[in-house]
Parts: sequence; structure tokens; C-alpha cells
Amino acid sequence: MNTETPEPNCSPEELTRRRFFARVCVGLGALCSAALAIPAVGFVLAPLFRKTPQLWRTVGKVTDFEIGKTVSVVVEDSSPLPWAGVTAKTGAWLRRVNENEFMAFAVNCSHLGCPVRWMQDANLFMCPCHGGVYYSDGRVAAGPPPLPLTRYFVRIQNGEVQLQTLPIPITGPKGA
Amino acid sequence: MRRIFKGIWEWFDHRTGLSDTIGPMMKHVVPGDAKWWYVFGSATMLAFMVQVVTGVVLAFSYIPSSSQAYDTLRFITEDAPFGRFLRGLHYYGASAMVLMVGLHMAQVFLFGSYKYPREMNWATGALLLAFTLVMGFTGQLLRWDQTAVWSVVVAAEQAGRIPLIGDAFARFVLGGQTVGGATLSRFFAIHVFVMPALIFAFIGLHMLLVLRHGISEPPKVDEPVDPKTYNEHYEKLLKKSGRPFWPDAAWRDVVFCTAMLLGLILLAWIFGPPVLGKPPDPSIVQADPRPDWYLLWYFAVLALMPPWLENYFIVLGPVLVGGILVVFPFAFNKGERHPLRRPWSIAIVIMVVLLIGSFWYIGLKSPWSPNFNAQRLPEKAVGAAAGPIADGARLFYSKGCLNCHLISGYGGRRGPDLTAVGARLTHDNIVIRIANGGNNMPAFGNNLTPQQMDLLVGFLQSRTNTLH
Repeated sequence: MNTETPEPNCSPEELTRRRFFARVCVGLGALCSAALAIPAVGFVLAPLFRKTPQLWRTVGKVTDFEIGKTVSVVVEDSSPLPWAGVTAKTGAWLRRVNENEFMAFAVNCSHLGCPVRWMQDANLFMCPCHGGVYYSDGRVAAGPPPLPLTRYFVRIQNGEVQLQTLPIPITGPKGA
Repeated sequence: MRRIFKGIWEWFDHRTGLSDTIGPMMKHVVPGDAKWWYVFGSATMLAFMVQVVTGVVLAFSYIPSSSQAYDTLRFITEDAPFGRFLRGLHYYGASAMVLMVGLHMAQVFLFGSYKYPREMNWATGALLLAFTLVMGFTGQLLRWDQTAVWSVVVAAEQAGRIPLIGDAFARFVLGGQTVGGATLSRFFAIHVFVMPALIFAFIGLHMLLVLRHGISEPPKVDEPVDPKTYNEHYEKLLKKSGRPFWPDAAWRDVVFCTAMLLGLILLAWIFGPPVLGKPPDPSIVQADPRPDWYLLWYFAVLALMPPWLENYFIVLGPVLVGGILVVFPFAFNKGERHPLRRPWSIAIVIMVVLLIGSFWYIGLKSPWSPNFNAQRLPEKAVGAAAGPIADGARLFYSKGCLNCHLISGYGGRRGPDLTAVGARLTHDNIVIRIANGGNNMPAFGNNLTPQQMDLLVGFLQSRTNTLH
């Protein structure tokens, strides 16, 4: 490959012309890069800006739940993509406190998001990852979690228990 | 016939210039005494090639869709010819790549080969280490079983700790508000296109730098690197005792790489790929997510870290370690290279190996996690088949105490071993501790009737020795 150029036996104008070509190439290259990069980056970042409505989802009839018991329920995401399959589902812990009152918690430990398990007789939620423990009302009982379990809004509509969908709770730097 | 092939090759070589381009690279002169210590770089590259080949063929059947990936992996593992073997080879290839990058870095560090003029060789290598770890993590996610789904959530939580942009970054990781249809495909794109492209580019740059500066000679005591004289010294050395890389030095790389590949093939053939967990259904909460072995040490660090340090560590830790790795060869680019003249280099390597090894081991045990598989205490451990002691033991199990405490070798290790607690604490001490909790233990005061408390305390007071 020959990369040697003829000795520039040329005038300063020609050198300026060469520099001009170089700048045109760099400028057009930058323009082409931007033309590709802007839509590409926009496409990849789109999920950040997509507004997701939070919807009420029925998880069962009021009579399905025993007073004083905490059970796992399945909540369908508010706007699942058609190919989401089982990932369109989210788990939640639902506790019937009394005749008309329910409490529901996200399954995600506030430490690093692992799914907490309900231990019925111990009356505690325990996290399998780093040992976080919560009381039945979601307060931190032990371990590294910085915040209580995230609560769902719950309502009773026509004899059905409904939970309002939630994004996965991200604890963030202030919570921790 | 031979003449015909020779003619074809000569025509092809003339038109493509292959020998003229590749020949000087293959035959570049290397120090004559660069021997077995120098094979780890080639082994890393071979492991990467194994990943490329196995990854490409796996992609013929793998569908990166949240609803189908798990089933396609089951098909690959259980039905497709060679599928189990190829998945296994991909897994052990990833492990080998991580291991060989580590060995290559340790050798370069101990030999002081990162010093002038090879600072950029090290810096590009450090970036390749980071890319390799990202590949390992994203690869685990593509398994798209229950562990993969929860690992994505853990990754998003960690991303969320970054000040200001944390929440947005976490949503970027998830591909939306929750794990869903958009989650897997972004990790697929990163694992299959973005990171391999970066690795190819940086391997190219790394190789270019190796050719430009040559392979460093094994260090000698009292032969410090002086940037003013090193190039001249290296030229003389090559003239005196240099050998062409191909085949005088390359044969060792080929032998070691062959042995490694045979080892990988054997592992994949005998043990197969990692077992797929439960389906990727986020509503199944009976999960116990753990990262693959090469990140298990980090999982342990996150469990054992004091809470006040956690945010700083998660956010600044990788930046700090990455920054130090990239920058330090520029700060220490001259002076002695031999490890005997740099004993701190030996200490650092031993310390890193011990630290990662210890965290890895404790990550395997995870004593901070409740033991969800704890079984009722057997009679021989309780010391009674009926009566208040046996009733207390049953409560100790049903109230979840056994999930965290050990009694005569049974139970969890999250809390203290209570095998001899009766000899250690008084009745009142035990009551106070159970009722109020404390020291990382929940308060059980509202969860026990006075009778239950008596039974529980009676059982614990009977734990006075290890004979049970």
C-alpha cells in the first residue's frame, strides 16, 4: 500500500484546499454519525420516556381471603407487550387485616429487589438474597433493607379486591 | 495436483497480499526467553473464539423473546443434537475467559510488563476485562430462567443507586417500568452485538499495540525500565536472542490452548450446561437468585457491606477500581520490573486472590440468608419426644427461629448458634432477646402468647451443651 504523497510542490492555496477537503470530510462524517446516532439513541432510550398508566387489577373476590392471613397474588402489568408472556405477571403479597381492610406489598426487598417470602407462623417476610426481614405490616425487622416493603393501593370494588399496578420499586440513593 | 494447488495459492496470495500482511505479524520477533508464562493472552483469545462459535450456533435456535427464550433453551438443552454440549461449552468457555483474563493480568502485573512503553496495552486489557465481565453477566441473564429475571431486578436496583440519574438508569436496564417484553431483547442486543463488537475492536487494538511495542522480555533483577534507554535496550535484546513468534514461540500457545480446549470439551461433555431454573415468571416468589461463580464474590460483598457504605460502594466501587486499573501503569511506568524488587506486587496479587476467594467461598455458603429448607429438629437433637421441651422445639421450628439459628448442627446460620444458649444466657436474657429482638433479629413479642414464650424459653434453656 503506497501512502506517500508527492512532495507538495504547490502553492499555499493548494494546501488550504487540501485542509478544506479534510475539514469537509470530517464535517460530513460527523453529520452522518449524528444522523445515525440520534434515532438510534432515541430508540434505545425510549422506555425511559414511555408513560405507563397504572391500572386497577382484580386479584380475587373478598371472600377468597381469610382475615389475618397473608397470601401471594398475581397482578398483571398495566401495559404488557404482546410477547411478554409470563413476564407480564408480577407477584404481590396481600394481607386481609379485617372485614374491610386489606394491605398489599410489592414482593421486592427494598435492599436489592429480590423476592421476599412470607413465613406464615413466624409472621415475617424474609429475603433469600441478603437476609432482609420484615414484619407483617412491611416494616423492616432485621438485615440490610433500608426501607419498608413498598405498599400497593388496594380497593374493594363490587366484592372484588383490586390492586393498582406499580412499577418495580427502585430504592435509589436517598432511600438507602 | 500439488502444483495446481500451489499455483492457485500463489495467485490468491498475489491478489490479496495475505502473506505480505499476515506474514510479518506472525513472524514478528519476540524475546527468546518468553516462554510458558506468556500463553494466557492467547488462551483468553481462544476462549473468546469458543464463545463466538458456540454463541453463533446457539443463536440459530435461541429466540430472544421474553415469552419464548426459556422454551428455546429447554429445546436446545433437551432435544437439539449437540445442544446440551454446545450450551455447556458456551458456559465453560465463559468461565475460562474470565479465568484466563485474570491469569493474564496477574502475569503482566507481576512481570511489570505494563511499564513503558506498554501502558496502553494494559489499559486496553483492563477495558477488555470489564467487557468480559459484562458479557458474563448478560450471558447469565439470557438463560432467562427465574434467577435471570431476579438478577435483572437486582441489577436495576444497583443502577438505581446512582445519584440523579439512578431511577432513569434502572428503567433503562429493565426496558420499562417492570420486567417484561422489552427486558430480554435489550440484554440480547448487548450480549450478542454491542459487547462482542467492542471486544473485537479492543482485541484488535490490543494486538496492534503488542505488535507495535513487542512482547515484553521476562524481567531481570536490577534491570529497571528507563523510558530514555528502554527502546534501544529492547532492540539490542531482540537482535541478540530474538525468535520469530511463528513458530518458535507460538507452539507453546498452541499446546496450552489445545489443552484448555480439550478441558472445556470434557467439562461440557461430562457436566453439561448449568441447570435451567424455574420459568421466568416474576409472580413465582419461591426464588433464590444467585449469580454465576465469577460474580458470586460480589454478591457476598453486597451482603456483608455496612449499610452506610453500600451506596458509595455500588456507585463508586466500579468507577474507582476501573479508574485505578486504567491509570496506574501511567503513574508507575518506570523502574524495577522483577517481582523480587517489587514485593508489593506479589502482596497485591495474593491479597486480591485471597479477597475474591474468601468472598466467593462465603458467597457459596451465604450464611446471612435464612435457611428456607430447615427441617424440624429430630428427637435426638431435641432430647425429648414429648412434653414442654418437645413443644418448645416445635415452636422453635414453626415460628421460623430455625431458619436463622443453628441447634446441634440443624437450621440456619444467619443468627448465633444456640446449641448451648442455656449455658450462656439467663431466663430473663432470653425472654428480653426474643420479645424485643435486636442485633439483627426481629422482635417476636407480638407474635407469641405468654404460654408460647414459656415453652420457647424452656426449650432454649435446656440447650446447655452440645451433647444433644
